[in-house]
Amino acid sequence: MEPALLSPAAFKFFHIPTALFALLIPLVGTGVFVFIMKRRLAPLLKAAPDNRFNRPLARLWRVLKIWLAQWRQPRYRMAGVIHIFIFAGFLVLSIRSTTLVFLGFWPGFTIPGFGGALGHAYNIFKDYAATWVLIACVIAAVRRGIFKPERYAVPKHYGKDHTGEAVFVLALISTLMISESLFEATLAAAQIQELQPAEFVAPGTLAWMFRNMLVDTPIVQLQSMHITAYFIHDLTFFFFLCFLPLGKHFHVITSIFNVYFMRLARGNIKPVKYGVSEAQLDDLESFGVKKFEDFTWKHMLDFYSCADCGRCSDNCPANAVKRPLSPRFISIKGRDYAFANYPLSGADVVKAEDYQLIGDIYSEDEIWSCTTCGACEQECPLGIEYIDKIVDLRRGMVDEGNVPQSLQKPLRALEKRGNPWGKMEKKRGDWVKEIADDVPVKRFEKGESAEVLYFVDSISSFDDRMQSIAQATARILAKAGIDFGILGKLEKDSGNEVRRFGEEMLFQDLKSQNTEAILEAGIKKIVTADPHAFNALRKDYDNLPPVEHISQVICKQIKAGRLSLTGTNGDGKVYTYHDPCYLGRHNQLYDDPRRVLDAIPGLTRVEMLRSGDRSFCCGGGGLMLFYEPEEEQRMGVLRVEMAARAGANVIVTACPFCLVNMEDAIKVAGLEGKMEAVDLCELVASHLAD
Amino acid sequence: MEILVCVKRVPDTSENEIELNSAGNDIDRDDLVYSVNEWDNYAVEEALQIVDKVGGSVTVVSVGDEETEEVLRREMAMGAEKGLLLSDDAFEEADGRGIATALKAAVDKGNYDLILTGAQADDGAGQVGGMLAAMLDVPFASLVNTIEVDGDKLKVGREIEGGNQEMHEVSLPCVLSIQTGINEPRYVGIRGIRKVASVEIPTMGAGDLGLDVPAAKVKRLDYFLPDMGEGAEMLEGSTEEIIDKLVELLKAKGGLK
Repeated sequence: MEPALLSPAAFKFFHIPTALFALLIPLVGTGVFVFIMKRRLAPLLKAAPDNRFNRPLARLWRVLKIWLAQWRQPRYRMAGVIHIFIFAGFLVLSIRSTTLVFLGFWPGFTIPGFGGALGHAYNIFKDYAATWVLIACVIAAVRRGIFKPERYAVPKHYGKDHTGEAVFVLALISTLMISESLFEATLAAAQIQELQPAEFVAPGTLAWMFRNMLVDTPIVQLQSMHITAYFIHDLTFFFFLCFLPLGKHFHVITSIFNVYFMRLARGNIKPVKYGVSEAQLDDLESFGVKKFEDFTWKHMLDFYSCADCGRCSDNCPANAVKRPLSPRFISIKGRDYAFANYPLSGADVVKAEDYQLIGDIYSEDEIWSCTTCGACEQECPLGIEYIDKIVDLRRGMVDEGNVPQSLQKPLRALEKRGNPWGKMEKKRGDWVKEIADDVPVKRFEKGESAEVLYFVDSISSFDDRMQSIAQATARILAKAGIDFGILGKLEKDSGNEVRRFGEEMLFQDLKSQNTEAILEAGIKKIVTADPHAFNALRKDYDNLPPVEHISQVICKQIKAGRLSLTGTNGDGKVYTYHDPCYLGRHNQLYDDPRRVLDAIPGLTRVEMLRSGDRSFCCGGGGLMLFYEPEEEQRMGVLRVEMAARAGANVIVTACPFCLVNMEDAIKVAGLEGKMEAVDLCELVASHLAD
Repeated sequence: MEILVCVKRVPDTSENEIELNSAGNDIDRDDLVYSVNEWDNYAVEEALQIVDKVGGSVTVVSVGDEETEEVLRREMAMGAEKGLLLSDDAFEEADGRGIATALKAAVDKGNYDLILTGAQADDGAGQVGGMLAAMLDVPFASLVNTIEVDGDKLKVGREIEGGNQEMHEVSLPCVLSIQTGINEPRYVGIRGIRKVASVEIPTMGAGDLGLDVPAAKVKRLDYFLPDMGEGAEMLEGSTEEIIDKLVELLKAKGGLK
């Protein structure tokens, strides 16, 4: 039986077999694509090493969850759902598209296994896929082109708007869907006219609609439409393939790799250089990222993978208060740099000596503006990371002596006195004096011994206001009958921010002093009420006894019946819990502090809109307290306003830095008397039952 | 341009709680931390920036004991090429004139176009720079907050009381005392200091300099924290009350009519 229409593999165009074009287009397309990809790989081959080949199972799980199941997409409901439809459609249609390419020169080609029933079932499924992709593209285009959600806007100093590229790509995808459906519909329509057994076209699909429209179209026209649709699809397909690595749609190719290689641990910081131990740091010629090629290959892959979705910046507290930082543009500027300096044609551009990554691409203030809160990384649906890049850039600046004056003093004081205020070491334990009568606190510095070390850290040791957190913590530990002590003058700053502000050698110094003092104390467990110390001791130190945050301790002690709390006696207050970044996002402790609050009988607790892993940074801790950023308002003020909107009048936090920032923000926002901030320990200590 | 910067090791006032010793004639130095005198950091940074522009090298010199080497290293970590320590028991009791005499001898041993000092030291009297210039018989400008090299001359700006600025032309060689704020000194971390840890710093005593250090003509007699004066009055009460009291006071003293 003659086929109803000639396939592109059999058709002749002015005596030239179209199979020739069908063979040439993929050959040329693939060739160009391979060439482009080779150029795109060039900077990665010159990049710093990165250790991303460990733990394959954990990485595979990320690929299944974050890439295949698009786990983070629905955090933005509308955009996420549209993306899931387009992504799923792409996966489904990749089989069809591959088949089509071969069909052009290989009559009757089917992918092995797709010949029989599976092939028919697949055909129905892919017809629906093509349809939903087209619908999703139309919705997406309307959304991007007409409604223009704010987070896609490009501030003037970052260059021109990206809407054009987005809509162009949506048009390309739509062209693929329409031409594929038309290719199938023309054949089906012809088969009906020729009274041949027609391929089943799923009702309600795009192909089905086209077929119904075309049933009466003359065969000759159907034939030319059939061939035209094929070649539009073929050309668009290979054009799209080669267009992907030229812009933000590179993520279509890189995302699976980027997710496989994404950060597995939380709260940690990459070593100065992978493969160089801490003992060998002194031998390194240079620290951190000073030129583009100092980034690791994964960080460059991050630049390539950014889809410009704006979720990072939408969650970035620095961006929210108009500091000169928008994480999205850290990626986009990095990508633009790579594209410009490793061009498709011509040699790699070697920049002149005076060319500076800091100054010409990124600004100093941009890099110092980050509080390392981690909101951007939590949100990125592609596993792009920012904190390590920021820290590496800071390491580079510190190594060049390029440190803001506001940070130089606290850094010098940390070097000399082990705390950023330059207070005397011998006064580190002075906060115990006030409570000495009713709360015994052992001092390891005086040769006493105990089971548990309470690591106080600098702010709770020295700041007049925050000493109350240390006192409350001691009170709770004593009440629970825990045998604990403090290091006093032997304790130095944990260095969480020292490391994150790029002063690695100073951090190493603090770390070794603390490690020695802790091991010397012969304790079995460390407890701290400062999430920054908690994070540093857990993530940046090695070989220490287990570390617990006080909220975990309180929670356990309440459960075990060793602590009981008195009620609020109808104080009429509404409490809300603010998740500190270094307790929540970086250490996944969301529930224990809330359980502790709920253990206070009669306490009314509400959640802010941004809570848990979407908590909003208070303004940053450690050295960030000293930095003087350019900003329009304080992060803390925004946070306090969020609490007010949630209907709360008490913000409970579990971090001394959060408390500093909240209390300041309450004053700045003019909410004194209407809003108060309290630390979890202070609250618990005031509710300890006898 | 060959630049010599004179630096001093001082108790770091921002990182210490200064208390008097039991004898009451000096501060208690047991728990003190020391650092480079703040003004000197600016002077070294300025010297480095000049050398960056016109070439040459920077040498840092200090009069002190072996612990002073630490501050010389810090300044060398900033980028100063050479260090020179002037150390001798004879310098220990020296007053400003004695220090200037030692520095002059060191300057004579070298070949410097420009000598910079800090405008003053945290624990000093702001006199060494001027004395050194006089002993060397070269021009001197104090409280300099801008320097522009113009051939064998310098254009320097000085800060004048009341926020005014004064510009001068000074011929080289000369001595300038540098005011803070002239630049933003670069940061030096532990890593930078370790990099210059093994650089030799020559030490010269009075003998090496061919010096007879003059006996101090100025001696410290006493050292104390002044009593709180009675000039200040804290107004207390609510904001409204404070405003009322303030207006009343201003009227009473003739500030408001």
